[in-house]
Amino acid sequence: MTASTIKLSTTTEDHHIAKMAAVALGLTVLENAIPSPLPGVKPGLANIITLIVLARFGWRAAAWVSLLRVVAGSLLFGNFLAPGFFLSLSGALCSLAVLALAFQLPQRLFGPVTHSVLASFAHITGQMTVVYLWLIPHSGIAYLIPIFAIAALVFGTVNGLVAARFMDNGDKQVLESKP
Amino acid sequence: MNSHEVPASFLRNLRPGDWLTLLLGGLCIILISNKVWNGGIADTAVIRSGGKVFSSVPLSRDQQIEVNGPLGTSIITIEKGKARISSDPSPRQYCVRQGWLEQSGEIAICLPNEVSVELTGGQKKYDSLNY
Repeated sequence: MTASTIKLSTTTEDHHIAKMAAVALGLTVLENAIPSPLPGVKPGLANIITLIVLARFGWRAAAWVSLLRVVAGSLLFGNFLAPGFFLSLSGALCSLAVLALAFQLPQRLFGPVTHSVLASFAHITGQMTVVYLWLIPHSGIAYLIPIFAIAALVFGTVNGLVAARFMDNGDKQVLESKP
Repeated sequence: MNSHEVPASFLRNLRPGDWLTLLLGGLCIILISNKVWNGGIADTAVIRSGGKVFSSVPLSRDQQIEVNGPLGTSIITIEKGKARISSDPSPRQYCVRQGWLEQSGEIAICLPNEVSVELTGGQKKYDSLNY
């Protein structure tokens, strides 16, 4: 039997996606250290990276980064295939679907803040749907919707502004210099 | 960068459509909160006696209704779109002390006398309440 090495051929884009996903992962870890008043209310800092990648490299790359972050993040925290993982996944998938649409809006008028706010609304919509259909099939969770919606609006706006700010000054150089 | 420059430089990144999105998002939240949290205005009081519906009366007309139960007579008062049990023979008077019921879904139950008043109409604020 001859020893063989499997070499995956990777492109520069692959490397870039991996780097961005790693940064997003770092932010996820950071975010988990922040105490949350209510389970599910999180700033979603990693989405800043998704927004930047979306604006720079398009939706496909953003989807890769976002989903890699969800899967790798769940492995990191040990909740892969646990309910929390599916909540993240459903949120990410809904966000990506909405981002695909929001990205079609005229860029001159609608920037990262719009993308971010719409995506965070989509995120809670996806999560609440999964929670209702699977985890807590009770209409009582409807009373939490306004709280989550307010959090989505606030954090969506903040993340969008941060992402916009990143792309605003120094342009590409800022992005590349991130660890 | 001092504290005055920071918000300004951030807000500079808001494009016209972004303001629109924020406005619509805020409006959506207000609408959803109203719908979800303000159960809706009650318009009918359903009075039950012994588990059966005794009568269903609109809250628009002020009146007093007497309901007979196993212990005696409960008096239900309807006034200005609100309802309460104003008199009841039950020993602990829980339902009387509950006071005025205003929102849809609220309910006062006099268990010993098997009389209850429940407000309906609009959306129910509570699926059930217990004390």
